Amino acid sequence: MGDFKFAKDKLAEVVGALKDYEVFAPAAVGDVLRFKEVEDASSVSFDFKNTNVPPKELMFPETETLFKFRVGKTDIEPAVPDESKKRLVFGIRPCDAMAYTIVEKLYSWDYPDPYFEKRRESSVLFGLACSEPVPNCFCTSLGGGPGSEQGLDALMFDLGETVYVKTITDAGDTVAKAMGLEAAADAEKKAAAAQEKDALGKIKRSIDTEGIPEKLPSLYDHPFWEQFSDRCLSCGICTFLCPTCHCFDIQDEMEAFDGRRARMWDTCMFPEYTLHTSGHNPRPTRKERTRNRISHKYSYFPEKFDVIACVGCGRCINYCPVNIDILDILEKSKQAEAKEAKTA
Amino acid sequence: MMDESNPYLPYIVNIEDAWYETPVGDRAVKTFKVNFKDEKVWDTWSHKPGNCAMVGRLGIGESMFCISSSPTEEGYLRFSIMQAGKVTSALHDLEAGDTMTVRGPLGNSFPMEEWEGKNILSIGGGIGQAPLRPVINYVRANKDKYGNLSVLYGARTSDLHCFKSEFQEYQEEGTECHLAIDIEEEGWKNFVGFVPDLLLDVAPSPDNTIAVTCGPPILIKFVTQGLERLGFTADQIYTTLEERMKCGIGKCGRCNVGSLYVCKDGPVFSYATLKEIPEAFA
Repeated sequence: MGDFKFAKDKLAEVVGALKDYEVFAPAAVGDVLRFKEVEDASSVSFDFKNTNVPPKELMFPETETLFKFRVGKTDIEPAVPDESKKRLVFGIRPCDAMAYTIVEKLYSWDYPDPYFEKRRESSVLFGLACSEPVPNCFCTSLGGGPGSEQGLDALMFDLGETVYVKTITDAGDTVAKAMGLEAAADAEKKAAAAQEKDALGKIKRSIDTEGIPEKLPSLYDHPFWEQFSDRCLSCGICTFLCPTCHCFDIQDEMEAFDGRRARMWDTCMFPEYTLHTSGHNPRPTRKERTRNRISHKYSYFPEKFDVIACVGCGRCINYCPVNIDILDILEKSKQAEAKEAKTA
Repeated sequence: MMDESNPYLPYIVNIEDAWYETPVGDRAVKTFKVNFKDEKVWDTWSHKPGNCAMVGRLGIGESMFCISSSPTEEGYLRFSIMQAGKVTSALHDLEAGDTMTVRGPLGNSFPMEEWEGKNILSIGGGIGQAPLRPVINYVRANKDKYGNLSVLYGARTSDLHCFKSEFQEYQEEGTECHLAIDIEEEGWKNFVGFVPDLLLDVAPSPDNTIAVTCGPPILIKFVTQGLERLGFTADQIYTTLEERMKCGIGKCGRCNVGSLYVCKDGPVFSYATLKEIPEAFA
């Protein structure tokens, strides 16, 4: 595809040029940085490491209506998103774009989910390569990287005064042209390559995932899980802020005579998540729940979809209030001897 | 089949008949016989013994239940539901003439074709008879395709036996039928004791036989052990699992046992499969 560039001080004009798109970009909401629809193009900035809340919410919002109904009536009014509106996700980090490629395997599996798919299909992703990875980034262990193009339509490199834009798909090319970008020269391409190499060197954490998916089931009853689950608070932040965690609850809500069936993010770290009406709970303690979170990402999901459900963004490490570190858990799982596990 | 463009949209069904299987009160079992409001749904609907559906009420929610009627019972669906929580209590408030929602069919089914030519042994306890009923009725409707059918069933008291009149019918047809209650009652002439004990008392032969069992987890555990003592191998034993569910289509996450989703990969599993998954009996 094409190579483009624009002057960084023209960022607002470039974003503002897109009249036919709803543009989403990182914005501060109180103390929290998350993707919001851009109302004022001059507020768009490249001055961030990564958003606190991953942009998964653009494809499956925290809460969304599945359908509406009225008391006493049997008509059901679906609330599938309008696919005619094109959306531009501007400044998404490569790890979060890669997360879409993982989660969409589940959402398109067997029963395609129209809510996720309509949003995904109508979205063009303009990524922003990482020049300053944060200390807990480990994307390179999961096949990603500061300049990974997976899931993206275009990738931007912030080179200081200039932004180099490499388009990856036709959709990315179309948007770059609509923005009125000029052609990039070899100098920008070289500078971007150098920046990517430099950023790769700044990623200090890693895990060799070889063998983990196959080994985890053998550690079902191993005591090592408790080293981590004992201090877990079951707060669920590791899952709510994970770009690949996709589990949800479904609830009916009524307001006077109007009702809706809605779905909302849920977490396997809450005991209620698996609680049966009878009172029985198959995952009653933090041990079973911690084991399920890690096993789902690193064993069950790859068994079904051939890819680990983790992109190494480091959010679960950064935001855990009791410093539970997924890389520590995975390293311990590699050292643990399956024979120490009690037989099931 | 469900609306393929949106698997979250339920069908509206009319309740044609509804009755209690067990005495009215806490944890009572009520059976609903329903038909689609839009009868055209029958043109595309097909289910098999073992399939489930999300049954609910708009404004309250939906929960997963087995379809307790066999596809050989044409023109209606049946659900037998124990009152336990929010959704089931709201469903129990409904009577003939009311509507509810059905989203399905969901999940896998008993491999009825694979079992042709074999004897079928059904072992149930309490409301666990609900997923076994379509298997029994399917075999009754296809007698020439299967060997002997035998039915073992128990509940705490005779009052709590579901589908009472149907056991009578089975017996009249010549189906071997053994009923049990946990606690001695005046006038009860059949077996007194738990279902696993009934199984060992009847001691059916494993020769060319498939055993299907469902009931509370403790029943499934001891029936399975009993079957193994009688010489049944793990691939001759089938059961259904249940977990909390929301989507029913393998996306919302919560019903997994190991890497399997009970809503989609199940609810029917052979004991040979479950033996390999420690979480299956959690």
